[in-house]
Amino acid sequence: MSATFRAASGGRIDRGRPLHFRFDEHDYTGFAGDTLASALLANGVHLLGRSFKYHRPRGILAAGAEEPNALVTVRRDGARVTPNLRATQVELYQGLEAQSQNRWPSLELDLGAVSGLLSPFIPAGFYYKTFMWPRNAWQRLYEPKIRAAAGLGRAPEEADPDTYSSRFAHCDVLVVGAGPAGLAAAAAAAASGARVILCDEQPELGGSLLSEATVHSEAVIEGEPADRWMANTVRTLAAHPRVTLLTRTTAFGYFPHNLLGLNQRLSDHLARPDSGQPRERQWQVRAKEVVLATGAIERPLVFPGNDRPGILLAAAARTYLNRYGVLAGSRAVLVTACDAAYQAALDLHRAGISVKAIVDVRSGSADGVLPEAARRAGLPIETRSTVIGTSGRLRVSAVRIQRLDASGVPAGPARRMGCDLVLMSGGLTPSVHLFSQSRGKLAWDESLGAFLPAQAAEPVRSAGACRGVFSLAAAVQDGTRAGLAAAQSAGITVAAAIAQMPPPETSAVGILGALPLPRGIRTGKAFVDWQNDVTSRDLALAAREGFRSIEHVKRYTTTGMATDQGKTSNINALAIVAAELDKAMPQVGLTTFRPPYTPISFGSFAGFARGELFDPVRTTPMHDWAARHGAVFENVGLWKRARYFPRQGEDMHAAVARECLAARGHCGLFDGSTLGKIEVVGKDAATFMNRMYVNAWTSLAVGRCRYGILLRDDGFIYDDGVVARTAEDRFHVTTTTGGAAGVLALMEDYRQTEWPDLDVWLTSTTEQWAVIAVQGPSARRVLEPLLEGIDISAAAMPHMSVARARICGVPMLLMRVSFTGELGFEVNVPADFGPAVWQAIYDSGQKHEIAPYGTETMHVLRAEKGYIIVGQDTDGTVTADDAGLSWAVGKSKPDFLGKRALQRPAFASPYRKQLVGLLTREPQCVLEEGAQIVSTPQRAAPEAAIGHVTSSYYSASLGRSIALALLRAGRARMGETLYVAMPDGDIPVQVASPIFYDPQGSRLNG
Amino acid sequence: MLLIDCPYCGARPELEFVYGGQAHVARPRNPAECSDEQWADFLYWRDNSRGVHAERWRHTHGCGQFFNALRDTTNDHFLATYRVGEAAPALERVARPRT
Repeated sequence: MSATFRAASGGRIDRGRPLHFRFDEHDYTGFAGDTLASALLANGVHLLGRSFKYHRPRGILAAGAEEPNALVTVRRDGARVTPNLRATQVELYQGLEAQSQNRWPSLELDLGAVSGLLSPFIPAGFYYKTFMWPRNAWQRLYEPKIRAAAGLGRAPEEADPDTYSSRFAHCDVLVVGAGPAGLAAAAAAAASGARVILCDEQPELGGSLLSEATVHSEAVIEGEPADRWMANTVRTLAAHPRVTLLTRTTAFGYFPHNLLGLNQRLSDHLARPDSGQPRERQWQVRAKEVVLATGAIERPLVFPGNDRPGILLAAAARTYLNRYGVLAGSRAVLVTACDAAYQAALDLHRAGISVKAIVDVRSGSADGVLPEAARRAGLPIETRSTVIGTSGRLRVSAVRIQRLDASGVPAGPARRMGCDLVLMSGGLTPSVHLFSQSRGKLAWDESLGAFLPAQAAEPVRSAGACRGVFSLAAAVQDGTRAGLAAAQSAGITVAAAIAQMPPPETSAVGILGALPLPRGIRTGKAFVDWQNDVTSRDLALAAREGFRSIEHVKRYTTTGMATDQGKTSNINALAIVAAELDKAMPQVGLTTFRPPYTPISFGSFAGFARGELFDPVRTTPMHDWAARHGAVFENVGLWKRARYFPRQGEDMHAAVARECLAARGHCGLFDGSTLGKIEVVGKDAATFMNRMYVNAWTSLAVGRCRYGILLRDDGFIYDDGVVARTAEDRFHVTTTTGGAAGVLALMEDYRQTEWPDLDVWLTSTTEQWAVIAVQGPSARRVLEPLLEGIDISAAAMPHMSVARARICGVPMLLMRVSFTGELGFEVNVPADFGPAVWQAIYDSGQKHEIAPYGTETMHVLRAEKGYIIVGQDTDGTVTADDAGLSWAVGKSKPDFLGKRALQRPAFASPYRKQLVGLLTREPQCVLEEGAQIVSTPQRAAPEAAIGHVTSSYYSASLGRSIALALLRAGRARMGETLYVAMPDGDIPVQVASPIFYDPQGSRLNG
Repeated sequence: MLLIDCPYCGARPELEFVYGGQAHVARPRNPAECSDEQWADFLYWRDNSRGVHAERWRHTHGCGQFFNALRDTTNDHFLATYRVGEAAPALERVARPRT
């Protein structure tokens, strides 16, 4: 297909470099420098998509980031599929493949358009009102159907093969936006000696200047033609050693303390990105000062049928002509509410497009400089007129024009005017997104009809059109001033006298809200939000139904909630609601601007943190041994822990049963290295421990261990673990695996802020020790041959003792402790010796049938003994007494964390949930952890649960299931039959002691 | 991301810190003498200031020290940071950042 809508000359495209591309099933040709949108328009393609809700044919509305309609999917291969890209921002490359969205079977014949016929029945809030009943159907029927019918592009189904980079940067002045104001600001700041970063979302610096005509341009800056000024300024900045220029870089978020997120697109514009080249780079820039020069966005006009393909913003049509050399049509009608848009009609006229009419909707007589120029050029101007409708199926073919009477209402005969291009301009809306994100306050400027930056919350300035300074000369001057002032605030001496610069002029332009209709704005389908298909009628309906706050109207009608976040629609929506409620604009409020400014890929945020780098992995010194021996691992926090060691053909159940029997019958070997370990050292170590833990530490002799319980000051169990006193002034404190960091932080908090007078030092030694638990009746015989300088007989080393000695020739801290109820030792050796010592113990244990076991078996063995796991059998509302541990509390101590709270009356209630054991009537039935316990079977009415199952396992040693539970008044219910309520019926259980195995503890002391 | 001036290390990004709740809430010296109400006050009741708030931070991934800060909750500006044990600086003496 030949490019028949390209102007003979002009534009910033490279006509010497044609590029072939494909849109849906058709092949086209464009030029280097085109966007997908400009190249499609040059090929006469105006129909680009179907609308979200009504499946109406839609084309291109804008030329930049604000585009709500022309969303496409760009596909490079199966994994490189990017949906919902604005065709106006997709740079053309050789071989580009793009697809339209939200249509089936094709763009021209979209069966979903039937919903457009039903549109009278799909008003605002339709989903909320209609799909209420039956309740289950929402999840099963309505939502999946609605999601399939409405919806934009589809996400790729393969993993993203691209790489993404990230970078931190600092500067004196960050300038966002490289239009006239931004270029001037960057140039002024750089000339003063500031370190400057200038970023712009476009591939070329220049902003709105890129849309000026490259031939016959009247635009002048500081006495020279605008394009020459732009080229010179860019050249100077590029050569400046303290300036970083970032193109294709969107400042998407403004975060506290002048941190801005920038997303730089590195390879999306390339036909063949180098392999390994990052696709995007996310910058986090901490700037001393920020200058926002983000420009303004043209507002569409709200009239019925304003969404047909071929209806564009006036400035966009001018951009397509001047920048891309594209004729967006051949017979144009301009509908405008401001003088500036006349420039578009003049430029189009000069390019040979027939301007059929300029419909000026204002009440004045259009006698400004530009309207006069249009008159002189012979363009027909219809003052005090409006458009009341359009026609055309896949592209606009005519508009209906009517004059406005003295009260501003359309009256008299309507005229039909044939055309294939409608340009509209409601005026300019300053882009205050980033300023608002920075928590700066916006103020409504009545004379300008715009929200403008007012009180700043960060060191930031706005310059140019984003603060209502629209004219070129004034914007450049405003940018210079802002650049100098920013440099000065950043601590740089500037030459110019900023205060003497004249204040910039601002100019009132445009209208807000819906254009008047003969029978009011509730008639006709006049779109406000193109992307979410919200009309002026929907907004009026919301107001009529009682919505008063714009935040509520937004959520009810979904206006401004699409991926464009209402860049073209928010102010019109606000004005319509304000008019309906008869309130002033600021009284209706403004919706919140949130990052990102435009959608940013997940890859950009993930950066390098994916795959193996997504999260750190912690492994124990014996990890590789476990892996070699077939361990199945589980994640515990960041740790990888061996869960069980299946032998050939074993499932978890069989492996765990075998491991349990081995530990109880002979000897088990367990890697306890993940346990938190804190060395508490100093003259006041015992005092500190006395204040932190509930136990009485003063009486603990050197060489002895004790089971410690740590409460929070609210009296609930926070952590537990064995504590060994290794010297008068030294405690080796162990914590739960997950609690290690929190316990150290809690200890540090009290040490630093409550008791800074104590002479005590805390050191995390978790990763310094490899911990090898040897458990079972043969444990002593397994270890003895390996030890030097220690007697571990029952008499010399009783349960809960600790000693230093050597094992396999290396230093060891040996603790006689047990989390299994069997005779047990925990061998602590410096981490690097762990694998060798582990192997030696394993070898020594061969003649005792030693078996390595994992966390699953550890859980079963401890549950058989009724030992709790903090966080599984406790949940932050369990006291030491609830858990049956009041024996550990040093009640005569004057104070410890949580002691005062224990006197709360609620803690003495006999009806508290207490730890008990549960035995199912059917011994092979294993309860579900978390299941609820009730007291009566076959309840007629719902009954409050009186407890819940916290741990539940099959015990191979006992040949039956066991469970731990927290049960109201549990200890007073021993022997009672209760019921565990499950979806398929109650399971009868008997309340029992939580100690199921060896209640006398004789094995422990063996 | 906030930029926090650790009184021991200097300005560092928020990532290195952990928030520690309201500052200057001392644990009673003799908890046993507290009424239930006083103890509940200590445990649970905190200010929810709009404006200047004295709060604790810990430079967990740095020097590990707790310190105190005055922060304006309306705009997240830190007005001062100071060491544990020091009194909060008088606000008149705190330089207000330019807005």
